[in-house]
Amino acid sequence: MSDAITFDERLDTSGLLCPLPVYKAGLVLGRLEAGKVLHLITTDPGSLEDIPALARQRGDELLDVEDRGATQLFWLKKGPTERDGHK
Amino acid sequence: MTLLAENPTPATRAVEAPVKTKRIALVAAKGTLDQAYPPFILATTAASLGWEAGIYFTFYGLDIIHKKRSRRLKVASLANPSGPVQLPNLLGAIPGATAAATAVMNKWMRDAKMPPISEFVEMAQGLGVKFFACSTSMGVMGVKETDLIDGCLIAGAAAFLDYAATAEVQLFI
Repeated sequence: MSDAITFDERLDTSGLLCPLPVYKAGLVLGRLEAGKVLHLITTDPGSLEDIPALARQRGDELLDVEDRGATQLFWLKKGPTERDGHK
Repeated sequence: MTLLAENPTPATRAVEAPVKTKRIALVAAKGTLDQAYPPFILATTAASLGWEAGIYFTFYGLDIIHKKRSRRLKVASLANPSGPVQLPNLLGAIPGATAAATAVMNKWMRDAKMPPISEFVEMAQGLGVKFFACSTSMGVMGVKETDLIDGCLIAGAAAFLDYAATAEVQLFI
């Protein structure tokens, strides 16, 4: 069960539309240490595609997703942040 | 090929090699309120994904980073069949129609809890989004460096193309 996942930080973006859930989640993930878990709550239906994309692009791990209809729940584990810079 | 094979999980990828920082290069060429949003939505999203992002403000797009003019961005009521106030062109031309369309769009944005452009500018700059101000547009339209918000790099097409050349995504808005 997703509810059993322990997390280090919780962010509720209910009522906010793109890009705000991604923007706010990005700010939190940016300051979390690698391995820490963010529990994100959204109501923007686009989040079901956007948050997995956020995790994929940032290199974080999407532990679980739960679509409760009006609300979407996500658990994101901060990945290693090493990047080789832009060439 | 399965979808999974084409898109390896970030965890797998991170073990194999460090993630290369991607870049998006945007051109903001329009100075209406409705057209000011897309470059900022895309730039702040890209920066949130861990990408580098830059916006080249050119021609009427310069208004978005103009200290005074950015506070007066409007939505066209004329020749804008999708606009917030559905008016025939004949009525769209009457005084006050543009102000009405602008007021409706601002209300839409407020009701949807979307930040105003001034706040998007701050969000973008806070995330390190690079702002290029087109020097040619400035010369043509008589815009001085002091007219623009702080933190803009005044540059021509070559400097922007140099930035855009290594961007994975380039969009003209």
